[in-house]
Amino acid sequence: MSTASIGAPAILPSSGGVRGALSDLFWRRPGLLLVLMLLPPVLWLGIIYLGSLFALLLQSFFSIDEFSGLINREFTLKTYGELLNPSNLDIIVRTVVMAALVTIGAALVAFPIAYYAARYAQGKWKALFYLGIMLPLWSSYLVKVYAWKLILAKEGILGWLFAKLHLTFILDAWLSLPIVGGNSLSVSATGTFIVFVYVWLPFMVLPLQAALERVPGNLIEASADLGATPRQTFRSVLFPLALPGLVAGSIFTFSLTLGDYIIPQIIGTSRLFIGQAVYAQQGTAGNIPLAAAFTVVPIVVMGFYLWGAKRLGAFDAL
Amino acid sequence: MRSDRNQSAPLGLKVAAAAGLLFLHLPILLIFVYAFTTEEKSYQWPPPGFTTQWFAVTWNRPDVWQALTLSLQVAAISTAIALMLGTLCAAAVSGSNFFGRETISLLVILPIALPGIITGIALRSAFSLAEIPFSFWTIVLGHATFCVVVVYNNAVARFRRTSGSMVEASMDLGADGFQTFRYVILPNIGTALLAGGMLAFALSFDEVIVTTFTAGQQQTLPIWMLEELVRPRQRPVTNVVAMVVFLATFLPILAAYYLTRDGDQVAGSGK
Repeated sequence: MSTASIGAPAILPSSGGVRGALSDLFWRRPGLLLVLMLLPPVLWLGIIYLGSLFALLLQSFFSIDEFSGLINREFTLKTYGELLNPSNLDIIVRTVVMAALVTIGAALVAFPIAYYAARYAQGKWKALFYLGIMLPLWSSYLVKVYAWKLILAKEGILGWLFAKLHLTFILDAWLSLPIVGGNSLSVSATGTFIVFVYVWLPFMVLPLQAALERVPGNLIEASADLGATPRQTFRSVLFPLALPGLVAGSIFTFSLTLGDYIIPQIIGTSRLFIGQAVYAQQGTAGNIPLAAAFTVVPIVVMGFYLWGAKRLGAFDAL
Repeated sequence: MRSDRNQSAPLGLKVAAAAGLLFLHLPILLIFVYAFTTEEKSYQWPPPGFTTQWFAVTWNRPDVWQALTLSLQVAAISTAIALMLGTLCAAAVSGSNFFGRETISLLVILPIALPGIITGIALRSAFSLAEIPFSFWTIVLGHATFCVVVVYNNAVARFRRTSGSMVEASMDLGADGFQTFRYVILPNIGTALLAGGMLAFALSFDEVIVTTFTAGQQQTLPIWMLEELVRPRQRPVTNVVAMVVFLATFLPILAAYYLTRDGDQVAGSGK
């Protein structure tokens, strides 16, 4: 052993100062560092977000005094009873039906895109498909809705297209139907449906594509080799394997439709959706308890939905 | 296994996929055409003429500038908060395996998984219970909460790819914790954070549902647009603003894609 190393300590000296002391402390106690790192985000989300959610839930058990309009802070289930009024029940049923239809519509449009991207697109095309889904997913929600207001307006491009093709009578016949019709597409339930499908479509494509990527191509070939028609292959091979992705995507389309209040307000009839009812109750009516009870509906519906989805193995495809 | 790769798609599938992509993109292109139309009173198609005068008109509108400034300020501060909280959370979750780790992931994702209206009204009712008046900071509070997840997703993906042995090597070579963070960890996760920050910025800049509940009298740009959509007064100005908003969110998204494309999933998996 040389003399030079005798004086050198086995452990490097602390670099000194507060910084050195802190650095050493974290090195000796990684748990402390972990707690310090977790504390700010957990406090923020725990207090601001979970706290607010809890406050909201609490308020749904309050009721509003019909005469004074003041909130009566006593535990009651009366507000939940009000949800069962025919008019409120109507809103809930309308929203859930719309969410289901939008989910089916989005699945139909999304499947070819996802299947092509997963099985046939490669290299540059694959990147293009990815960007082609990503950009609409992230780009401005309001601008997308606005674009559809331009398209669906009576004097807009869709009406013009129908007129050019001499098909205006089809559009008029459709708009004269009850429930789905209206004065123009932009004030009809059909319009609301189209815009919902458009805005949530990327949320359906992505998980569906992820599920389809995992289907080995030789499985499809084997099915064809064994004599199945393309239709049979789709029904008994491809569709069952893609189902978890489909369910994962439907979680988004379903949940987002349940909670949205801007699209039906801008494009649609005057018949309310859950989101609009919540907004109206807390705003002009000042009935926060009823608004809170309304928001519990999508939470409960989604709870059941997620439970069912989990049983179908949808979370592996997320 | 991938012997089918050379085979081309059936025509029907090609057409359906192309039609689907066109359905996703054509409506947005329309916004660009309408920004130049001479028609002021309706959404007439085809536009009777083209002009650039609405850009000048919009430029001179103080209310648009005010809304834009507010939106940029809110987005900048929310992004900064989200970057800090998201990175801390990602570092903690990926660095070690502790009890309740799954719960923390869930907690971060929840604000974006539940419909925006629930986050919005929950915050609003909490503000009213706590008697907090609406202000700039109530908007930031809401935005930062749902922006954390975007940064978190990007950072977690990158941490997963970064090998822990580099950190150990740095420590073995005598760097203290702060030096290791500055010279080893930060350069590694830098682009992921930048990408996450850009997406968070785009998300906040564009947010409207939560904002309607947490803003008092103040108007962010999306709220300004929403008012115009509900009660149209200045259609040409709205057209121009729509185009600007689209570009302002489009460019950060594109940049984020290029920053993270090699291997990472861009955080889009859960907007």
